[in-house]
Amino acid sequence: YHGYIFNLDKSQRGPAKRNSAVELKQLLVSIVLDSECDLYPNVTSDESYSLVVKAPVAFLKANRVWGALRGLETFSQLIYQDSYGTFTINECNIIDSPRFPHRGILIDTARHFLPIKSILETLDAMAFNKFNVLHWHIVDDQSFPYQSVTFPELSNKGSYSLSHVYTPTDVHTVIEYARLRGIRVIPEFDSPGHTQSWGKGQKNLLTPCYNGHKQSETFGPINPILNSTYSFLSQLFKEVSAVFPDQFIHLGGDEVEFKCWESNPEIRDFMKWKGFGEDYKKLESFYVQKVLDIASTVNKGAIVWQEVFDDHVKLQPGTIVQVWKFQSYSEEQAQVTAAGFPVILSAPWYLDWISYGQDWKGYYKVDPLDFSGSPEQKKLVMGGEACLWGEYVDATNLTPRLWPRASAIGERLWSHSDVKDLEDAYNRLTVHRCRMVSRGIAAEPLYTGYCNH
Amino acid sequence: MAASGLWLPLLLAAALAGRAAALWPWPQYIQTSEAHYAIFPHDFQFRYHSSSAAQPGCSVLDEAFQRYRDLLFSSRAWYPPEPTRKLHALEKNSLVVLVVTPGCNQLPSLESLENYTLTINDDHCFLLSETVWGALRGLETFSQLVWRSPEGMFLINKTEIEDFPRFSHRGLLLDTSRHYLPLTTIMDTLDAMAYNKFNVFHWHLVDDSSFPYDSYTFPELTRKGSYNPATHIYTAQDVKMVIEYARLRGIRVLAEFDTPGHTLSWGPGVPGLLTPCYSGSHPSGTFGPVNPILNSTYEFMSSFFLEVSSVFPDFYLHLGGDEVDFTCWLLNIVSAYDKGYVVWQEVFDNKVKVRPDTIIQVWREEMPVHYVKEMELITKAGFRALLSAPWYLNHITYGPDWSEIYMVEPLEFKGSPQQKALVIGGEACMWGEYVDSTNLAPRLWPRAGAVAERLWSNKLVTNLDSAFKRLTQFRCELLRRGVQAQPLNVGYCEQEFEQT
Repeated sequence: YHGYIFNLDKSQRGPAKRNSAVELKQLLVSIVLDSECDLYPNVTSDESYSLVVKAPVAFLKANRVWGALRGLETFSQLIYQDSYGTFTINECNIIDSPRFPHRGILIDTARHFLPIKSILETLDAMAFNKFNVLHWHIVDDQSFPYQSVTFPELSNKGSYSLSHVYTPTDVHTVIEYARLRGIRVIPEFDSPGHTQSWGKGQKNLLTPCYNGHKQSETFGPINPILNSTYSFLSQLFKEVSAVFPDQFIHLGGDEVEFKCWESNPEIRDFMKWKGFGEDYKKLESFYVQKVLDIASTVNKGAIVWQEVFDDHVKLQPGTIVQVWKFQSYSEEQAQVTAAGFPVILSAPWYLDWISYGQDWKGYYKVDPLDFSGSPEQKKLVMGGEACLWGEYVDATNLTPRLWPRASAIGERLWSHSDVKDLEDAYNRLTVHRCRMVSRGIAAEPLYTGYCNH
Repeated sequence: MAASGLWLPLLLAAALAGRAAALWPWPQYIQTSEAHYAIFPHDFQFRYHSSSAAQPGCSVLDEAFQRYRDLLFSSRAWYPPEPTRKLHALEKNSLVVLVVTPGCNQLPSLESLENYTLTINDDHCFLLSETVWGALRGLETFSQLVWRSPEGMFLINKTEIEDFPRFSHRGLLLDTSRHYLPLTTIMDTLDAMAYNKFNVFHWHLVDDSSFPYDSYTFPELTRKGSYNPATHIYTAQDVKMVIEYARLRGIRVLAEFDTPGHTLSWGPGVPGLLTPCYSGSHPSGTFGPVNPILNSTYEFMSSFFLEVSSVFPDFYLHLGGDEVDFTCWLLNIVSAYDKGYVVWQEVFDNKVKVRPDTIIQVWREEMPVHYVKEMELITKAGFRALLSAPWYLNHITYGPDWSEIYMVEPLEFKGSPQQKALVIGGEACMWGEYVDSTNLAPRLWPRAGAVAERLWSNKLVTNLDSAFKRLTQFRCELLRRGVQAQPLNVGYCEQEFEQT
């Protein structure tokens, strides 16, 4: 933070000391309880802090190191340079804590590989905006860049190329870089759909599709009827749960296409045997429940996309449902919370959906609790995630596409629900955007104008 | 193979796997074959033919040779290779360049001939062009023909190309008023334009928001009108540098000083220039367009455009005229300085009297008529036209919009061949309300490439699958050359973008 504050304007020399100025000499940081300094942040981590700025010593007090991080960011934003270039801070008294404990960004490294540098840069920008979860959608149909120690062929055959891979060291680098910024890393290994690339390195994992009686050359979702499937998944998730220390793992479960399952005669037999009739949602449910059990076995909590709830899979209490479908998302939130499950909201915050003009305003106006429900239901909304799917995004355009649009969501998830004046937000966000630029984050402009450097 | 049988050579070229097919824009006539030759960087030279009108000392080509050397081989030292198991019998150790017409120290113009031929066979490795500008286009194509084997060897296929642009005005508009663009950003854009064979940089220098052009006749314009007169301006030196940087790439700089609307930033530096608005009987404190009824306005404009005419050497100036009724006396001023002018379509729509050689730029999609109809009306009235309406790249949407941009046919309106000949080309526009150096490059490239091909290549080059394949490959090549071009769709490049 010393670097962020005093390297603000490189074009100006250190200004002369003015004798008349009252000087702030120190920021004293005090952690009141057990710091948790060597631990990983989790959903219950205390991010609260208080900040008193008064000469000669400003005082930042937090229960845990996580609050201290948030307070340092705020402190760095209070400092500005006056017209003489003197670094100045106003006296103030701040008591702060987040409205929602889960404030995330989803990145997709399967549609396009993102170099580590790009991910680390995103983590920096997240910290500037008090985001605390990196939802790493690491693999999907198009590529499998995650290098598995247990199943090396997955990335050997499934990645775009051998240089488009995340080694164990890479993954560890990301996790530690995030931790030092109070950011959790939640990996998503989405299944049974979105798994085409898994089949390249793991034979017999995916369902062979049929054209009538003949096997076609194509594959569908993971084959839910083979024991080998579950033995593979157990081993994979055992490794993943050790590599990623967060308490939660995202299991996906979205957009499962049933056509291939329907075409496969062995699966049709299985459906008969199980008494599922023609309802393939039951087969999906059968699969997802087994994966949820695996997650349980490796002591991880589970997050799933809303289809898993919509298709009536039996979920353990505490399973988090991520609401992403735009149509009627408030109703969906109501239904999920009525059933007693925690919710992460993403539906109105798909940042890959770009359009002309100031769309940040739309993101800012969303209120995550704007649905019909009891106070108990509303308490189940853990927060939300801005999603930047990767079909049209890679390191060339990720940063300007994420920032400052995601910043609007950052405030919506941190600040009080009364903080919603658009004009005030615009004025602050333009300054915040210039600040991000000066810190090396290529955040795009909100509108016509300029930054002072 | 006959040149008119475009499809067979196209298919053949497309059948050749790998980098050889990443040509953008697609040449008018091309024949290639499987036969290929090796190029050794330590040995290879660009050379002037003894009969060439351009010789060493020709800055445009001397610099281009160096530039293309670096693009092809990067700026490292190459040592002779170890003797390989498999010797390439056929090696090309030079590209010989013959320019017919001298003109190395001149500026490119609307009339400049950009045709060239490339002959790469057993006997020759030869680039022939009418002018140095054509040679630049040929060098770019040559650089796109060289590819690397898996072992890392530089190779080029036996090729015969005859190429020339379909339209002679192929432009890109940048707006440096809504957001200031640093010089490096402008120069990077000029580089990428050259890779795409764009040849006009339409510089929308000033507008309502800010006045970054450093005027020596009226320094107050800049001091009071720029966002920050210390940092957000273009000095005379800066402008000169941009013009020369562009010239060395065969790119004309078409400067636009848009009046009488879009001039709020001119007001603070020239009191009395803008029309004071009234609220009832009292001035409201706000201002409108340039005040057409004062003599002082006329005097100001005469002096200002005298400066602009001498600073910007291209024959044409863009005078704007959009969204407000135009003052025709401005056109008289500019004519007196021996300049031609380009104006936005409102000048035509509002029936302002303009010289017959005025160029009209069509930018409105539906009003007062659909742009296709507008093109018809303008050319019917005998004026030359530039198309921009379907090519507003600042209008972003979700998904691969490059294909709509690509499928525009500029001559798709009802008219005689004479009318169609009046369409001199078009421009991709990147207005700056939401754009600055943080997001300009990915927003421009590779989408602007779709416009580039539409304006250069043959009218029949419209196959979207082939275009997608080539543009995807070309985009990876742009990345390799340091252009921050965004992806077209899911996929990858061997070398991904890493911020330096």
